[in-house]
Amino acid sequence: MKNSTAQDVQVAPELAPLNLPEKPDGPGAAMMISAGIGIFVLGLTCILAEASASTSTFLEWWAFDLGVGALAGKTVLASLAYFGSLALFWALWKNKDVDVKKVFYIALVLGILGVIAMMPPVFKLFAAE
Amino acid sequence: MDLTREVWAVIHGLLLGTLFLLAFGGALAGLWSFRPGLVTTKGITERVTRLKVGLGAMAVAAWATVITGTWLVYPWYREKLAGEEYELCAGLAVPSEQCSARDFLKSNVSGDTEYWHNFGMEFKEHIGWAAPFLATSAFLLVLYYGPRVIARPWLRTAIIVLLVGAFAAAAVAGAYGAFITKIAPIS
Repeated sequence: MKNSTAQDVQVAPELAPLNLPEKPDGPGAAMMISAGIGIFVLGLTCILAEASASTSTFLEWWAFDLGVGALAGKTVLASLAYFGSLALFWALWKNKDVDVKKVFYIALVLGILGVIAMMPPVFKLFAAE
Repeated sequence: MDLTREVWAVIHGLLLGTLFLLAFGGALAGLWSFRPGLVTTKGITERVTRLKVGLGAMAVAAWATVITGTWLVYPWYREKLAGEEYELCAGLAVPSEQCSARDFLKSNVSGDTEYWHNFGMEFKEHIGWAAPFLATSAFLLVLYYGPRVIARPWLRTAIIVLLVGAFAAAAVAGAYGAFITKIAPIS
């Protein structure tokens, strides 16, 4: 449900003298979902690197021979996913009132799945023979 | 001993990592007590400015920590120097110029140390990267909503969840980093 400035002032009368303008919740939702997407992509790349030698080689390419290995590709792709999804959803939801609670819970599930996938006993289950 | 490596390891773990973990306490206290009736109008403005600066500094520290860790310290940790069977690690009590920290841990020449690489380092190198994502989003939310956070308990809780998540990720990575450095220092 959308929170208006009038509702905010009702809850916290201290805000009244600040004369705050209305702000849509879309950008806030974008900030939440992007964190979940970034963590999920990082976890997913851990599994993919383990499951496929060609994916691992692709992820290592991002290290530019600096000795970082596949971690380079995993973290660069996760960072691109984080900032890319932030920019994309911010642009899409710029003037919209998105259900931030729903988006937050989706982000939370993505984040938890990402962390589970990052655990060595989990991603090693997918190791190629 | 390569002092450059020692210095970067200290900058990564002791300066940047510790700065992030210490700032967490201030940010959490600031958000927790940001409730109607507890802060005046003037206090709201001051608190929001302090939260923006604090969370912004935490986000920058988190990014700096993972970037220095991944791109500077980690390549030294994972050098493959000791051979397929880690033969150059034989008899060592700590890593050397012929036996990197990773080789040393995997060789088990100084006790059962393999776990510290196979679980500790492999988890640490990934989980640490959750911290900048979560800290940046928490910072952007305070930057965007500003004083409105005081009137929206659910939003404040969501920001605290992101902040605590960032702290937990950094704390796990930091704790494993400290234990691994104690057993197998980068040198």
